[in-house]
Amino acid sequence: MKGSDGVKGYDVAVIGGGPAGLAAAIESKKHGAGSICVIERDRELGGILQQCIHNGFGLHIFKEDLTGPEYAERFIDELKELEITCKLDTMVLELSADRHMDIINTYDGFMRIKAEAIILAMGCRERTRGAINIPGTRPAGVFTAGTAQRFINMEGCLVGRKIVMLGTGDIGLIMARRLTLEGAEVKVVLARRGYPGGLMRNVAQCLYDYNIPLLLHHTVVKIMGKERVTGVLIARTDEERKPIPGTEELYDCDTLLLSVGLIPENELSREAGVKLDPVTGGPVVDESMGTSIRGIFACGNVVHVHDLVDYVTDESRRAGRSAAKFVQKSLKEEGLLIKTKPGDGIRYIVPNLIRVDNLDDTLELFMRVSEIYRNARLMVKADDVVIRKVKKMQMAPGEMERIRLDSKILKDREVSVLSVKVEKEGT
Amino acid sequence: MYDIAVIGAGVIGTFIARELSRYSLKIALIEKDNDVSNGTTKANSGIIHAGYDSEPGTSKAKFNALGNPMFDQICKELAVSFKRIGSLVIGLSSRDMNTIEELYIRGLANGIPEMRVLNGNEVRKMEPNLNDDVSGALYAPTAGIIDPWELAIALAENAVENGVELLLNHRVTAVEKLPGGYRIHTPASDIEAEYVINCAGVHADEINSMAASTHFHITPRRGQYFVLDKYAGGLFNTVVFQCPGKMGKGVLVTPTVHGNLLIGPDAQDTDDKENVETTADRLLFVRESAAKISDRIPFNTVIRTFAGLRAHPNTGDFIIEESKEAGGLVNVAGIESPGLSAAPAIAKHVVELLRGAAGKLKERSDFNPLRRKMLKFMELSDNEKAGLIRKDHRYGRIICRCEHVTEGEIVDAIRRKAGATTVSGIKRRVRPGMGRCQGGFCEPKVMEILAREMGKDMLEIVKEEKGSFILTGRTKGSQDYEGK
Amino acid sequence: MRSESESKAKEIICIICPVGCRIIVKRDKNSSSGYSVSGNECKKGEAYGIEELTNPTRVLTTTVKIEGALYNRLPVRTDGAIPKDKIFACMKVINRIEVKAPVKVGKVIIENILDTGIHLIASRSMLRSMLRSMLRSIKAS
Repeated sequence: MKGSDGVKGYDVAVIGGGPAGLAAAIESKKHGAGSICVIERDRELGGILQQCIHNGFGLHIFKEDLTGPEYAERFIDELKELEITCKLDTMVLELSADRHMDIINTYDGFMRIKAEAIILAMGCRERTRGAINIPGTRPAGVFTAGTAQRFINMEGCLVGRKIVMLGTGDIGLIMARRLTLEGAEVKVVLARRGYPGGLMRNVAQCLYDYNIPLLLHHTVVKIMGKERVTGVLIARTDEERKPIPGTEELYDCDTLLLSVGLIPENELSREAGVKLDPVTGGPVVDESMGTSIRGIFACGNVVHVHDLVDYVTDESRRAGRSAAKFVQKSLKEEGLLIKTKPGDGIRYIVPNLIRVDNLDDTLELFMRVSEIYRNARLMVKADDVVIRKVKKMQMAPGEMERIRLDSKILKDREVSVLSVKVEKEGT
Repeated sequence: MYDIAVIGAGVIGTFIARELSRYSLKIALIEKDNDVSNGTTKANSGIIHAGYDSEPGTSKAKFNALGNPMFDQICKELAVSFKRIGSLVIGLSSRDMNTIEELYIRGLANGIPEMRVLNGNEVRKMEPNLNDDVSGALYAPTAGIIDPWELAIALAENAVENGVELLLNHRVTAVEKLPGGYRIHTPASDIEAEYVINCAGVHADEINSMAASTHFHITPRRGQYFVLDKYAGGLFNTVVFQCPGKMGKGVLVTPTVHGNLLIGPDAQDTDDKENVETTADRLLFVRESAAKISDRIPFNTVIRTFAGLRAHPNTGDFIIEESKEAGGLVNVAGIESPGLSAAPAIAKHVVELLRGAAGKLKERSDFNPLRRKMLKFMELSDNEKAGLIRKDHRYGRIICRCEHVTEGEIVDAIRRKAGATTVSGIKRRVRPGMGRCQGGFCEPKVMEILAREMGKDMLEIVKEEKGSFILTGRTKGSQDYEGK
Repeated sequence: MRSESESKAKEIICIICPVGCRIIVKRDKNSSSGYSVSGNECKKGEAYGIEELTNPTRVLTTTVKIEGALYNRLPVRTDGAIPKDKIFACMKVINRIEVKAPVKVGKVIIENILDTGIHLIASRSMLRSMLRSMLRSIKAS
């Protein structure tokens, strides 16, 4: 429908057609939102899943072991069945707090649209060489793992033959295996800390399976080569991840792959004035995945970087439901508001705020610990009262923790702060 | 036989070539690399200095003072962004304040207008993010910022539009004296010209000694920089220098014309003319030096570090003269800072030198000083954006999400005269890959467009120099391109 | 630890799910399976641990060439786990295949690959792309 001002209007507009945006749009539709528009900058839906051709997706949502494209396709099919509008190859240039957007593409041209609710689902981007400041020359042959993944899996192009990988994020580990299968030699994978950043099962099935050496406490201190990378100098790192002089070692290679972290992509959110959490890099969100701006919701990696797409789907469905409720004016905007607070050993908790009246039967808290813990407990406190203790054999920053709470516990008392901390065994 | 061969397509060579294209001359602009502005021009501070630094009476002082006011018109003609944001030399001690006094007096001698010495409070009012211990500054409102490679690319394009032949991938290996001129040898082809203008940057001494016995020496003086995300671009309003030292003007902090924050350079002499490595220790030095200007610089928003080489001459001043030994060879060498600021005046001066040597130069009636503006989609109004996409749908497709660059702009950058042929060439012309993702998302798309426009295979696309292949072959065992 | 002989306890990282349990598998004559498994948080881990010691298998995911689609490669996977030591042999077979768009997800690309009893299937659908074929014809002309 077109408003009196000539601006095209929707009930819900979803920015991003990756796993988060797809799940959010579908769920919005199912919960009564009328017109929905998914805006995707790529030529097809599915986002980064389309290049994640490995399996391991969907164990939680579908109880099946799917590849990224298969997982995406199920949602894309459902989106089509529900006749949800999507605009491909379309970029949101600007988002304003009053939920107007300027978008462009080749077929509609320049358009201003308005939505009653907006769901931010732009995902994340990779940290680059510049962000981690590796000295040396600037030849061809330095790639982030995700860029290499796109070249190899979608374009069918090889990025190099002799590879050194810095960083042990999941995409990096997966790419080490992928490159090996396509005939490249992955000489070594370096972790700057004393533990890998990705999931242990990926270390096992991507590195151990192919006898790829993993060096913990190592980093790249220099990139060499004029036109193309000819080698890298690596060094041991100390506890603060700083290279130790005198431990340098030369690796002959033509490619350096970087898997050194992901950053939620919040340029649009920032410009609209959405409040961001400095730890996650994503919007501060409440139990409904609502941001600091009324009617703007966020979900998936734009909020905080997930390890598992299944959890992205869960979170995005919640955002989609909330947006539909908001449009139908059934989302509570008043009443008791609890703050979550990361305690000792916890880097962040999502959501940041909890409006108790909007809670379903259970509340899920997502968090990351700040270091490796063995045989520790996650302790949840409602103000000063311990309401939950969860035993964990092992916790690592690379693996997101999830705690489910019975909402009744919170509804029955006037809690103001919900905190989680790590309690080591015996303390 | 060309009338004139200009060796080196950096900002000096392109300026001179463009200035000469006003006249009825057959001109070759010879460049060793596969693009213009590939040397010192692509890696410097991008500052148009006010002109108070150089010793009065030197060529540096003279051409800087003359060059600075020329930028408004030139940048207008060439549609290049230029901002006169002014500069501050800040003082942190009473000794610094003495230096500032000296700079002010030197500036007066050099004829620099509008300078003022400010006290600490006045400076902080202008730049609230300076450290509290700043005791005063020399303020020069005529200083400006520019994108040096954008300038050189625009000059090259305009020169070519006006008939200059740009010969890329022509590395000069020998300069042979002929009766009435020179034969310039390159592996690609030999070029004969009556006059040779040597603008070879850090290699200018080598070119000179191909035709004459050595009488000057160029030392590459490396400087390293940080580029910060646009979030940090608004931290400063002016170019902020520290008091100069022996090796140059020291580490400065400045916004760039594109809205980033640039910090650097250090100064380190090297003997390798290709050595543009960054090093951990020097970058740390730059960082620590910058902390003297402001402790509020968010180094966690660094998106790139780079290094460039200044062409430091052993003479201490620019060398702009016809070789006494090799007549017809004009050296324009040792153009270190403030070379960029001096460049338009140097170009004018070189034309006069040639006029003196060759006699009357005939002005062309059809010289067109104007370059078609490179459309920056994001700078257009909503209506203009809509209209442009209707006219050419490729402006409706954003390729670079960080800098919001459309396919239309990229295609234009390729199809122009002296257009882009490499990923870096595109990046320097229209900025995809300059943003915070550093090309992670757009590089495959840029390569696809380059391949399509040039009728090449993706595997043939290089990052920058010849041989800087990005891809090494195809999966599933097809042929490889590397080394081909 | 992975290289220790089979008679001793072996620590394995379970790859069944993202939890990544460190499971310890020991020969155990008293157990019906001949092994005892500990450290696994679920039943699947036990089966995985024993299989990993006796007959390790993996699902193989890769791509095949495709003509006439939006991209040059079609993602594929085995529809079950294949013996680990046949992975590279399978890759050789897979690398020789070229398919034509359109392809529907789940379509069998190679039947019973290397007699493993496992099929190689398309792991996404790909339409015929006008864009690609247009680009090709432009290039050819």
